[in-house]
Amino acid sequence: MSDKQHESLRDRVLGSVRHAADSVKDSVGDLVNSVDADALFDHGDDIADTKAPKVDIAQRWDERKFSAKLVNPANRRKLSVIIVGTGLAGASAAATLGEAGYKVTSFCYQDSPRRAHSIAAQGGINAAKNYRNDGDSVYRLFYDTVKGGDFRSRESNVYRLAQVSTNIIDQCVAQGVPFAREYGGLLDNRSFGGVQVSRTFYARGQTGQQLLLGAYQALERQIAAGTVTMHTRHEMLELIVVDGKARGVVVRDMVTGDIESHTADVVVLASGGYGNVFYLSTNAMGCNVTATWRAHRKGAYFGNPCYTQIHPTCIPVSGDYQSKLTLMSESLRNDGRIWVPKSGEDKRDPREIPEDERDYYLERIYPAFGNLVPRDIASRAAKNVCDEGRGVGPGGLGVYLDFADAIERLGRKSVEAKYGNLFDMYAQITGENPYETPMRIYPAVHYTMGGLWVDYDLQSSIPGLFVTGEANFSDHGANRLGASALMQGLADGYFVLPNTINDYLAAGPFAKVDESHPAVAEAVGAVKGRIDKLLSIKGSRTVDSFHKELGHIMWDYCGMERTEEGLRKAISRIRELKSEFWSDVRVLGTGEGVNQALERAGRVADFIELGELMCIDALHRRESCGGHFRAESQTEDGEALRHDDEYAYVAAWEFGGEDRKPVLHKEPLVYEYVEMKQRSYK
Amino acid sequence: MKITVRVWRQDGPEAEGRMVPYEVDDVSEHMSFLEMLDVLNERLTMRGEEPITFDHDCREGICGSCDLVIDGIPHGPQQTTTCQLHMRSFSDGDTIDVEPFRAGPFPVIKDLMVDRSALDRIIQAGGFISAPTGTAPDAHATPVPKNDADHAFDAATCIGCGACVAVCPNGSSMLFTSAKVTHLGLLPQGQPERRSRVVNMLNQQDAEGFGGCTNIGDCTAVCPKGIPFETISRLNRDLLGSLARGRD
Amino acid sequence: MAVSGIVLIGYLLAHMYGNLKVFAGQAAFDEYAHHLRTIGEPVLPHTGLLWVIRVVLLVAVVAHAYAAFKLWKRNHHGRGGAKRYHAPRAARGVQRSYSSFTLRWGGIIIALFVVFHLLNFTWQVITPGGASASPYERVVNGFSVWWLVVAYTIAMLAVGFHLRHGTWSALTTLGANTSTVARHRLNLIAYVVAGVVTVGFLLPPFSILFGLVR
Ligand SMILES: Cc1cc2nc3c(=O)[nH]c(=O)nc-3n(C[C@H](O)[C@H](O)[C@H](O)COP(=O)(O)OP(=O)(O)OC[C@H]3O[C@@H](n4cnc5c(N)ncnc54)[C@H](O)[C@@H]3O)c2cc1C
Ligand code: HEM
Ligand code: HEM
Ligand code: SF4
Ligand code: F3S
Ligand code: FES
Repeated sequence: MSDKQHESLRDRVLGSVRHAADSVKDSVGDLVNSVDADALFDHGDDIADTKAPKVDIAQRWDERKFSAKLVNPANRRKLSVIIVGTGLAGASAAATLGEAGYKVTSFCYQDSPRRAHSIAAQGGINAAKNYRNDGDSVYRLFYDTVKGGDFRSRESNVYRLAQVSTNIIDQCVAQGVPFAREYGGLLDNRSFGGVQVSRTFYARGQTGQQLLLGAYQALERQIAAGTVTMHTRHEMLELIVVDGKARGVVVRDMVTGDIESHTADVVVLASGGYGNVFYLSTNAMGCNVTATWRAHRKGAYFGNPCYTQIHPTCIPVSGDYQSKLTLMSESLRNDGRIWVPKSGEDKRDPREIPEDERDYYLERIYPAFGNLVPRDIASRAAKNVCDEGRGVGPGGLGVYLDFADAIERLGRKSVEAKYGNLFDMYAQITGENPYETPMRIYPAVHYTMGGLWVDYDLQSSIPGLFVTGEANFSDHGANRLGASALMQGLADGYFVLPNTINDYLAAGPFAKVDESHPAVAEAVGAVKGRIDKLLSIKGSRTVDSFHKELGHIMWDYCGMERTEEGLRKAISRIRELKSEFWSDVRVLGTGEGVNQALERAGRVADFIELGELMCIDALHRRESCGGHFRAESQTEDGEALRHDDEYAYVAAWEFGGEDRKPVLHKEPLVYEYVEMKQRSYK
Repeated sequence: MKITVRVWRQDGPEAEGRMVPYEVDDVSEHMSFLEMLDVLNERLTMRGEEPITFDHDCREGICGSCDLVIDGIPHGPQQTTTCQLHMRSFSDGDTIDVEPFRAGPFPVIKDLMVDRSALDRIIQAGGFISAPTGTAPDAHATPVPKNDADHAFDAATCIGCGACVAVCPNGSSMLFTSAKVTHLGLLPQGQPERRSRVVNMLNQQDAEGFGGCTNIGDCTAVCPKGIPFETISRLNRDLLGSLARGRD
Repeated sequence: MAVSGIVLIGYLLAHMYGNLKVFAGQAAFDEYAHHLRTIGEPVLPHTGLLWVIRVVLLVAVVAHAYAAFKLWKRNHHGRGGAKRYHAPRAARGVQRSYSSFTLRWGGIIIALFVVFHLLNFTWQVITPGGASASPYERVVNGFSVWWLVVAYTIAMLAVGFHLRHGTWSALTTLGANTSTVARHRLNLIAYVVAGVVTVGFLLPPFSILFGLVR
């Protein structure tokens, strides 16, 4: 066949495939629009956490540590642990378990464990040290976190988090983390995210970096000691499950392209959050859901996938080439005033717009809290004014954050002293001088509260699969407080997991699983098949174009405000996108050696599936809570309205099978120590 | 605007490399340098040519992944990371050379991507404080003078990008190593291992094949985090101390 | 490297001081040259101290050169071979001083010079202006020849550059450079040392050439 003939044949075949896909799309669309939400999923049995001891909340953690079976030091060398991820949650766990004497194998997709995205956290880390003597306590941190999570988190876990928070600071200082100090040489604190005490420890605007370097150095020390084997530039693409237990992972060596299997007695996932499902987010380019999604497909329940945190003060998008969004510290809202022109027609230079033609909308709607309302409220208000056509900057997606008043009141010098580095960063990225013209900000996806469901021991619904850090559905309920994610990652890795994983490992070592085991061969085969498939499609659209489209769908319909209609539309569009992806994506090159487009294609394929589940979760939860705002569920004056009678549960989703309905398991939430209340900021 | 980039293309570690020119039009001055390469890669993909491989992740100047030599200077004309460099630093019609970070211990993996794991191994040799989990005293047990804490912090901001190595005419990783030695050496917690740390890290640095420092100072001039030159002298002082008193 | 370098600097300063005695006249200069040979007598044999100095110097030069070449090789490997970046801008470095750039070639020029210099004044193998038993006359004879002065000038400039970076570098290597203030001070010291040595050495030849000293 000549090239020409070949091409025309290919076009015809592709054309008919596409035609078929189109008609399928239509019918799927109709289907989704015509049925009730419940037709999108099945109901399963309720589940519960069975690991937290039934004693007073203050005693639970001690009791659990005591009741957990121990492993004698001589036996630890015979027990192997795989840890995927080297962020705060993964590096701290690997260092601690290695030190304890287990045989640890660690993976990350970057070229060095030090580059995990925890490095980017700016603000700080909470701990109930009460060094300020301002009335802080373990109980208050617990209380604030449960309330901040809008009563959708598990009390036992949150209490433990508050308890171990103090040990984290001690540990980090001993490792040489250079926290901010006062002249007396003692640690400094600041207040953060609308709480009334100062309990946030920080290291300038680089807290995450310094904490991660501490954990990374501890990890490198164990690597040198031979207790941890590190595999950088290795991406986990499949979980190996043998006889119902997690026993290993399949990874791709991103340098050689080799597909390798690694087995162990237990597997820990610490692979971070999935905010990149929105394409644009404050996450790093490589952040992905692949590790947890593959585990989900093998039986791990996914908890509350729709809970996403959207941060109000990010630098807005400047064009469609934009690859990521940069966070600006929340502290800017202390002195900056947020406004948009009263009229959408007003395209003047902001400095020429007179006072009475500006709308300081937060101060107008929330006179009590003004510019300092919580993240979700500030974000939604910004979206609303932009939806009204009053947004500023390219594409009308931005609002002004104006320091003119502050500069007049405090003088340029002190504004510079307080925010100088943030202003510089803004100037570097936008090329505008924020001392002269107001900054432009817009909300951006920042953190995902959802993740794999785990019990009090951090074990998922697959025995032998543990999940830590942002990758689990965590302790933050429907909304995370500032400076609490770093705390959770390190609590999980340094203190919780190392004291619970032994209970599981005490029964080991388990029967050896080698490469020839059918479960391993099956997992390796599946990974190879998927890669071959992606490379063989040779379609007409780039991976990024699919990712961007998915991001648009998610942002428009499963972003700051969600509606029944929008979510249904999103689900059908995501299904269309999925079939188009698998028939028209273009990935060049081969599976051998470095192939960054192939890496991204695998991630985007998983994001598409996750996106659908997020929308189903958002659709089924007909209430507004925390980061999840359903337009149908609001008070008369437009505030979020929870329905505790119907929705006080964790939604844990079970994978129903390829192109089958997911199954919803509910874990009812019981509040014994904190009374459930509605939030109000008017 | 319209620019020409000449990019180092190399198929694999053993392959021969060469500079290949590409024209990129419709470049917006607001694009970051990496976004410009993203756009180019999208176009290359549509033309059926393999996209350019380069390392990057956070794209906000903190992870240290991005590592391009732009017009002969690591991270380009501004003292920042490659991801924070924007196209407004260039003008219409410019020709820009883009090459990988080069040094003996940084072998090229593909195109602009190099292997910098030697830096991790220098940390393994002693760039830590041995503090087993759970054994720490209360954080307030040892006050640290603010001045020391601040200087330690300045040194601790190193992102491990390796620009210092890529620019140093000797291919020396001295600034990287001395940043860590300074960070840990200024803190009371870092004292017990201070002498052995510097010797072990330097031995590893030599073993990896990095060059020796002759105090040229180009490293600080390109360091995106402005790690001060003084750290090198601090390392030397610690080194003399350990050589004089013997390592323990 | 730094230690051998500092020994060499020390020698240069002393040597320069000695050379400046040219201005004090033939007697003083010859006396000085003679004195060099008799210090320490009778404890030390004739030219004893001079030999000590010579040995120390020789060791320092050999050590210095050995270290320099070893470093050179290691660094060549460290930067990944000769051809590094294609961009023309790369060759100049970012903020390198000219003196740091010329360190190695400067060093070699100096080495060649020293050989020539010894052949010239000490062993009197090459004597452009005429040989003499009086060191003073050797010098005056020599520097009456213009091209010898030019050769010395080139060598002295090389010495100056070498020392400008060398002094700074040696002090940093010895750990003196631990703050911004210290750095500025060291830079200053380096310029002063380099300047003094260059000018100091060049004074006699030019004075002789222009007939101020005869
Ligand atoms: C810009 C920004 C600012 C923030 N500021 C704060 C703050 O001030 N305070 C706060 O408390 N929280 C903050 N957060 C949140 C917090 O930083 C994160 O939630 C937390 O660091 C996550 O840590 P982690 O260890 O779970 O995951 P990560 O640090 O994201 O690590 C994930 C690891 O998993 C690896 N990995 C992922 N997928 C795979 C795979 N498929 N195969 C192999 N390896 C894989 C990666 O290589 C990486 O090592 C911020 C987040 C962002 C984005
Ligand atoms: C054989 C000829 C010479 C060669 C090849 C040579 C080469 C070098 C090189 C490569 C360095 C840089 C090393 C570094 O900075 O650590 C250096 C430094 C130095 N050189 Fe020379 N040099 C020579 C002769 C001399 C002479 C004759 C003197 C003094 C009179 C001298 C004084 C110094 C000093 C003081 C340093 C600084 C040492 C340091 O930084 O550690 N050199 N030389
Ligand atoms: C213009 C400058 C200089 C003049 C006029 C000068 C002059 C002399 C003279 C007259 C002698 C012979 C002394 C004797 O034999 O008694 C001598 C010896 C010597 N000079 Fe110089 N010199 C100059 C620069 C230098 C420099 C720059 C160096 C080194 C880098 C140097 C290194 C030496 C050495 C090593 C000896 C031999 C000492 C010995 O062992 O006897 N000179 N010089
Ligand atoms: S010292 Fe500076 S240039 Fe070198 S690795 Fe660290 S941050 Fe990069
Ligand atoms: S550029 Fe190189 S020589 Fe030393 S001072 Fe910096 S490492
Ligand atoms: S991509 Fe992280 S520093 Fe540039």
